[in-house]
Amino acid sequence: MSFKCKDLLGIEYLDKKDLQVVLDSVKPFKSLFTRSVKKTPTLIGKTVVMLFYEPSTRTRTSFEIAAKRLSADVVNVAINTSSVIKGESLIDTGKTLEAMNADYIIIRHSMSGAPYMLAKNLAASVINAGDGFHEHPTQGLLDLYTIYEKKKKIEGLRVLLVGDILHSRVAKSNIWALTKMGAEVAVVGPPTLIPLNIEELGVKVYYDLDEAIKKADVINILRIQLERQFESLFPSVHEYVELYQVTKERLAMAKPKVLVMHPGPMNRGIEISSDAADSSNAVINEQVTNGIAVRMAVLYLLNPRRGNVYSN
Amino acid sequence: MANTIILNEKSFQNAICRIANDIIIDNKNIQKIAIVGIHSHGVCVAKKILIKITRLADIGDKYQIPFGTLDITLYRDDLNDLKIPVIKDTIIPFDINNKSIVLVDDVLYTGRTVRAALDVLMDFGRPKSIKLAVLIDRGSHELPIKADYVGVRHNNAKGFIKVKCVETDGVDGVYE
Repeated sequence: MSFKCKDLLGIEYLDKKDLQVVLDSVKPFKSLFTRSVKKTPTLIGKTVVMLFYEPSTRTRTSFEIAAKRLSADVVNVAINTSSVIKGESLIDTGKTLEAMNADYIIIRHSMSGAPYMLAKNLAASVINAGDGFHEHPTQGLLDLYTIYEKKKKIEGLRVLLVGDILHSRVAKSNIWALTKMGAEVAVVGPPTLIPLNIEELGVKVYYDLDEAIKKADVINILRIQLERQFESLFPSVHEYVELYQVTKERLAMAKPKVLVMHPGPMNRGIEISSDAADSSNAVINEQVTNGIAVRMAVLYLLNPRRGNVYSN
Repeated sequence: MANTIILNEKSFQNAICRIANDIIIDNKNIQKIAIVGIHSHGVCVAKKILIKITRLADIGDKYQIPFGTLDITLYRDDLNDLKIPVIKDTIIPFDINNKSIVLVDDVLYTGRTVRAALDVLMDFGRPKSIKLAVLIDRGSHELPIKADYVGVRHNNAKGFIKVKCVETDGVDGVYE
């Protein structure tokens, strides 16, 4: 009952059994949240280092709370005041942290594969908290768990990912997790935001939201990354809103109990309308709560000290 | 070795009966107690004790003794050496503050499980008291912990003591 590997680099490298282990492990951690003392001594004496090369509020906070509830010591490395700006390489930074006895390194980086490079060179457990356009595995796991918690199963569900699939690491992790667990995954968005050959991952591609949304059990809406719009991937935000915004009217076309998910931060009025975000179908806040429990489960399952140290 | 019988179905029942009796004698006001079983076999032993007390004290349908289950995995002192175990549910569906808790496990050996279980309970609140009931006390404690209610003492055990319960294994019995 644990992962085969010391690191969590992506859901691509996990199999169905690993994913089921995570799904089965989350509930005991979630049940801690309603106690008067929400902490357990599980990781007492362990050090968790947060190495975030990209901005983040919820993922970093969520990891920090998760680690602290397991009694680990958490250190945040502030990149813009660290040696990184003096030109220290990623591996050297990692080795330095390891020399300070870091047991877990949680990394977010703009380069796809940065966590992999770190994991290969260190004995500490490396957890990918988002790398480039590649993966964001804990987000994938918490989305998977939220669906599982609400629908009691994954197999056979129709899950629709809406919006910017190209730049979204959340989309990639969702696709891996959901298809491995037997869901039918579809993506919809403007052709410029759908990666080429995405069908090879076993997903169906749509360009018309009104058509794709029919019969969906779950709609996961991805953020339009406004900071990337210099590439002019669609004519105007207004046009995107007209064609791809998930609204209450559009939700009416999906299955009655459709789950509305969003990894955050939301651009209300762009990829999701306010009434859809606040509707009773939305589980966006549950995703955040589950995120802590899922990350606790991951930290628990990835115990770095238990022998056979090899990366995936 | 694995098949020496320490308790058969009959003596298993007697042991439960003894524990239940002692608990009733000790707790004049039975409505103050709550029973908590430690996963996994402590839970079935605890259930049996609960049923026995309900019958012996003639509580009937008027009142139900609060019952909880507890998993110590996250509080273990040996997680580093273990293959990570499956975490079971810790469910304490009542307010433990000011309750007289009877903590139940199947076998008392090193005392480390009980140490962890006490920590779990304390994180739920401040009970009035905690007493320990075990089906088998096999001695060789490594911590200053002893049981208040003991089904059977079995001091010379060499191997692993296996408790089986009808609910999970189809039969009540204790084997060495």
